Amino acid sequence: MTLDTVKHADETPDVEQPWQELGLKEDEYARIREILGRRPTGAELAMYSVMWSEHCSYKSSKVHLKQFGEKTPANDAMLVGIGENAGVVDVGQGYAVTFKVESHNHPSYIEPYQGAATGVGGIVRDILAMGARPVAVVDPLRFGAADHPDTKRVLPGVVAGIGGYGNCLGLPNIGGEVVFDSCYQGNPLVNAGCIGVMKHEDIHLAKASGPGNKVILYGARTGGDGIGGVSVLASETFDDTKPTKRPAVQVGDPFQEKLLIECTLEIFKEKLVAGIQDLGGAGLSCATSELASAGSGGMRVELDRVHLRDATLSPEEILMSESQERMCAIVEPEHVDRFLEICEKWDVIAVVIGEVTEGERLEIFWHGEQIVDVPPRSVAHEGPTYHRPYARPEWQDALQADDANKLPRPQTGEELKDQVLKLVSSPNQASKAWITDQYDRFVQGNTVLAQPEDAGMVRIDEETNLGVAMATDGNGRYAKLDPYTGAQLALAEAYRNVAASGAKPLAISDCLNFGSPEDPAVMWQFAEATRGLADGCLQLGTPVTGGNVSLYNQTGEVAIHPTPVVAVLGVIDDVNRRTPIAFAEEGQLLYLLGDTREEFGGSAWSEVIHQHLGGLPPAVDLDREKLLGEILISASRDGMIDAAHDLSDGGLVQAVVESCLRGGTGARLVVPDGLDAFTFLFSESAGRAVVAVPRSEELRFTDMCGARGLPATRIGVVDGEEIDVQGEFSIALSELRTAHEATIPALLA
Amino acid sequence: MARVVVDVMLKPEILDPQGQAVQRALPRLGFAGIADVRQGKRFELEVEGPVDEAALARIHEMAETFLANTVIEDFVVKVESEVSAEVQS
Repeated sequence: MTLDTVKHADETPDVEQPWQELGLKEDEYARIREILGRRPTGAELAMYSVMWSEHCSYKSSKVHLKQFGEKTPANDAMLVGIGENAGVVDVGQGYAVTFKVESHNHPSYIEPYQGAATGVGGIVRDILAMGARPVAVVDPLRFGAADHPDTKRVLPGVVAGIGGYGNCLGLPNIGGEVVFDSCYQGNPLVNAGCIGVMKHEDIHLAKASGPGNKVILYGARTGGDGIGGVSVLASETFDDTKPTKRPAVQVGDPFQEKLLIECTLEIFKEKLVAGIQDLGGAGLSCATSELASAGSGGMRVELDRVHLRDATLSPEEILMSESQERMCAIVEPEHVDRFLEICEKWDVIAVVIGEVTEGERLEIFWHGEQIVDVPPRSVAHEGPTYHRPYARPEWQDALQADDANKLPRPQTGEELKDQVLKLVSSPNQASKAWITDQYDRFVQGNTVLAQPEDAGMVRIDEETNLGVAMATDGNGRYAKLDPYTGAQLALAEAYRNVAASGAKPLAISDCLNFGSPEDPAVMWQFAEATRGLADGCLQLGTPVTGGNVSLYNQTGEVAIHPTPVVAVLGVIDDVNRRTPIAFAEEGQLLYLLGDTREEFGGSAWSEVIHQHLGGLPPAVDLDREKLLGEILISASRDGMIDAAHDLSDGGLVQAVVESCLRGGTGARLVVPDGLDAFTFLFSESAGRAVVAVPRSEELRFTDMCGARGLPATRIGVVDGEEIDVQGEFSIALSELRTAHEATIPALLA
Repeated sequence: MARVVVDVMLKPEILDPQGQAVQRALPRLGFAGIADVRQGKRFELEVEGPVDEAALARIHEMAETFLANTVIEDFVVKVESEVSAEVQS
């Protein structure tokens, strides 16, 4: 086996290289040769191919993502914006919070348990790398049809993987979503979010400056994880006898990650690092090139010093390995001994693999011979940028013309009752307790709200009761009908959920799940959704702090519904002032806030009763969302409401059923003047919430709504052991509970 | 009845956290000289009827689809001697 050194590459310009198998396009390969002024070595080709991949370079999406920077609302809370491992916002009292959502879709389809587990591990390390202690995770999930046999393979594995990894780390899982739709059958979406907390002065950034500083790789040993692609390079170019094609699957070790977290936090505390980055996708290729290009540019790495789990790995494979639970730190020489001492104390392997150098080259050596000599920016940041063609698909007009408002509606009270039971027992509207009960939601003792509440909430200061809340939402059906509006509805719903819990929304992270960017229709959906999200964030005053794009989510030619998932982070001064969803006190008055219109396009009702998707999604009014949010927060702070539930998929009746079951009480509802019972119960108009108001607060509350111009309609009272819609029907709570809670266990347990 | 054994091991490239934990524990307990540990699973199947080609094919299918997760694990099927013989020994 000959080593493909820089010198060797210089001397053999005409060697055939497997750039195509590595996913590079012809012009991209030509550009690499142009940058280097020679053919790349095998190791260089490996680095460029993985760093210029869609996953790492955002080459199809970045022309659209830059709107998030251009349309950033003025927001004093932003401490660190897009571009770092995760964004950071100020939440007051000297605390800063970092949060982010990422996808691990494809690995979770291949190997559900490990795919989902390493998804959690990866996002936790992103948060850790900012200097923060991870305090909670959330998991927005989407699967194929609930009754499809493959869902029974994928879902339990994913749920167990999330629970297994998160529970071992001792991190509460405080929220997320579970959605079923046959469009995700061959391509489930496993998104994972994490929240971390630190003091302002503890923020750490990913950069390598100061020549002479040491580069330390620490954490797990490097093995052949996740390098399926690059095995082409190792086997075909250099050693035809190599036996196995390396698997693309990575296996996580949460106990190793727990050591890594504690070890890293102790290192932060002693201020021993000048820069730090976690190793995720693209492993060392990514960490070295990004650290170097964010610093002064020069770095020299002795790759043979890396601790290996498998001694047969080639240098290319080591550069590409996605072995989990590893971090890379830049450390001043005088701190190296102490750094290694702390690692040893935590039983974490650490080794100096190189140093920051003068100049602007990233140089990597293998047993003394140079195998990489590149400008790091060209690897990390100067990858290709594509202006992919996009076009509104031909079918969009027909889809929007297929108006859901024209579907046959229930005519009698008996029919309404029957459809309510069908709705609340349908897989998407049914209780997800069977899933969320597998996660530890209360470990660490700071969880204030968790599923099935509107938002998850954790206390971050035990003295002052300062807390943060997070909600994640996304509705692929709405986005399919209109991607611009659909993205804004996802934003509006998450915003509303956070406000309904009593927390003030501050900033967002997003995970944009779409089909192939090479399909102009998908690219149009992506362009519209990002535009909608950027415009929406500007209007709501909640900046995008970072996030993730996942493309090529499709089975064959068929793309998933465009699925922008939005996570909104909020802050609450005192978690004792939070608002739960439960209607717990008999006699309290129920008020519907906002306007209800005939809006059934993309609704849960149209799906459950008519298996229909068509028409337009509900209209968005972000100024109204903002006003509703302010009212919910004020009412929560001043003790005017005891419960609040946002209205979204399934409409008012879904929210009332959930709140009643949560509180163990019934409700008597009256259809307000000007609305028919069906629209009242099932419409999915945005910008609405239902609240429970103690009688003593009624006047104060309605005065506040009146003064600020928010429609508030009294619709009933918390009472009894059934849900009764006057003059239409009533259903016993016990019957609703059975309908709502039996579905998921029957399908999956 | 005959016994068929299915040994399931993580593929060599796959991380084995349990094996590593055992390996780290060994020197602490005074057992020196072990460079690496990999931990697997062993299934002992008591087969009704003859262990012929059809039975082995069925066991292969069982191993491939259920006993082993072939995305990350390999398996080996071995026929052992008569169970009764083992009980006597």
